[in-house]
Amino acid sequence: MAIVETRQIRKVFTDHTAVDGVDLATTEGEFLVLLGPSGCGKTTLLRMIAGLEKQTSGDIIIGGQVVNELPPRERRIAMVFQSYALYPHLTVAKNIAFPLKAAKIPKDQIAGRVQKAAGMFGIERLLHRKPRQLSGGERQRVALARAMVREPSVFLLDEPLSNLDAKLRTSARDELQQFQRRMGTTTIYVTHDQVEAMGLGHRIAVMSKGKVRQLGPPQEVYNDPADTFVAGFLGSPPMNFFERHGALVGFRPEQILPRAAYATQDPLVHVWFRVDRVENLGADRLLYGSLRDLAPDVKMIVNLPFTVHLPVTEGQAYEFSIKEKDLKFFDKESGLRIAARPL
Amino acid sequence: MKVADNPSALAKILIAPALIYIAAVIGIPFFLSLWFSVSDVTVSSSGGHYLGLENFRSALEDPSFRRALGNTFLFAIASQVIVIVLSTVLAVCLMKDFRGKWIVRLLILLPWVAPVSLGSIGWLWILDSIYSIINYALYHGLGVCGPEPGMTPCPVWLGQPSLAMLSIIGVQVWRTLPLATIINLGGLSSIPQDIHDAAAIDGASFFRTLFQITVPLILPILLVAVLFGFVFAFTDMIVVWVLTRGGPYDMTQVLASLAFFKGIDGGDLAGASAIALFLFPVLAAAAILMLRLARRAEVI
Repeated sequence: MAIVETRQIRKVFTDHTAVDGVDLATTEGEFLVLLGPSGCGKTTLLRMIAGLEKQTSGDIIIGGQVVNELPPRERRIAMVFQSYALYPHLTVAKNIAFPLKAAKIPKDQIAGRVQKAAGMFGIERLLHRKPRQLSGGERQRVALARAMVREPSVFLLDEPLSNLDAKLRTSARDELQQFQRRMGTTTIYVTHDQVEAMGLGHRIAVMSKGKVRQLGPPQEVYNDPADTFVAGFLGSPPMNFFERHGALVGFRPEQILPRAAYATQDPLVHVWFRVDRVENLGADRLLYGSLRDLAPDVKMIVNLPFTVHLPVTEGQAYEFSIKEKDLKFFDKESGLRIAARPL
Repeated sequence: MKVADNPSALAKILIAPALIYIAAVIGIPFFLSLWFSVSDVTVSSSGGHYLGLENFRSALEDPSFRRALGNTFLFAIASQVIVIVLSTVLAVCLMKDFRGKWIVRLLILLPWVAPVSLGSIGWLWILDSIYSIINYALYHGLGVCGPEPGMTPCPVWLGQPSLAMLSIIGVQVWRTLPLATIINLGGLSSIPQDIHDAAAIDGASFFRTLFQITVPLILPILLVAVLFGFVFAFTDMIVVWVLTRGGPYDMTQVLASLAFFKGIDGGDLAGASAIALFLFPVLAAAAILMLRLARRAEVI
């Protein structure tokens, strides 16, 4: 187990800055997720931690040791790639044994450790197969087995679930989390999928344009976004924004409910929402429209759970309520969060 | 209905020129030489009688044929082994980014774009017994050999049998290296970067990655390069023709050049055909074997 830390780490490619002064520190055994849209620098950051990419400036510290000049093999890390990067000409057993052979582990120990790793992921019966004979889910397990067989102190995962179909992804997510909790190995996980990030991470670092915009536990990042980027990136459908008295006001589509449906002691704000269109998704209804009085020209979405039985006619306005504390205020220029104020 | 709308007719029409061309310049001469090799045809008598395998038997009894056969194998195997090693080294180097990479690429490709005969004539001068720039360097630069009394005489590159063979192999390597390097580069760039990264993460050293990951993965493509190289080396005579004409004393003769001298210069079409066809079954078998190996090794 080890703590991974980056200090003011930067990566400049010839024409752009991929990672721009990132300070991050995991805790012991933590599952840290780097979340952001493609091109935000999250994979570059992970590759620098792995030693596959040399940073332009800044320090990387793993387990208390500055590893800036160390090659990947001396950093005691393991990595799972988006493509899994299994060696196509080697059987599953040889794929898993490869890191052990490279580490010059005595031959008589290798078979046992391969068996143990394979057992952990339930792939013992695949050991003699070649990667091309495996399904996506099986490949992913082989990649995980190959990564953990060396008992690394840090796991780096680069979108390991993105090549799986939706159903498999859910179960793989579950297995991955259980495995990480059981092993207690510090893990850094890169994804652009907020559901994965919310579900897996102890903490999430939301990245954009090479910078970490917010770092915190999933609930905090979701409920208390540090700026409009984080607020808009997390949540599906995303947060609604409108302008009010020179500031941007945001609220989540599921945090607005028909006035009659809200039974709470919290102070509420009441608004009229004009419904233009209804999308029935089964478990939820999405109402597309706008706030009739506050921002009639701004398109917004309301997410009504199916438990709320409000008959809705398109073209009509209804009275909705939002908890005052669910309204988030942002600076119009910088996008940064500012103190709450009266609407 | 127009021909253009009929795929099967269109296919036949489009493939016909290639088939006619191959039949005219490869098929007919090939079957003609099959007939020549079992007859007693000469340049002056186009008729000829059937002799069976007589031409092959007499070729086998001819010491110069046996030497040419040995030389052909030596020439092909030695040059291809060197080419495989050097082209892999070059291709691995060229995969890396470094300053001036384009000029290195250009220099490596140059022997390939230069006409073979021109390149070989260049080498003829480089290896000349009097004007050799190599000997000039050995004498004036290093002072290890020279014409003065007490000095070791400089090597006569094309005049001493072993040196002549060495020179021919060297020039053949120089000629075929670019193509093999390009084929190798194609193979290397088809390996996803993730695989190299995974090997680095897994702790593999440079040589472990090279021999256990890279080379096995480019093996199918490497085999294609080897196949081309062998076929070129077995069937080609330009380097021998320009550099030594098979000399000294037939010591550097290969089957292709021997067949040429015997058939074109000597007029013995039948004997030359037998010599030229001698390796055909071997080459055909080698080609089939290598293509099969390549298919089996295809893993990505």
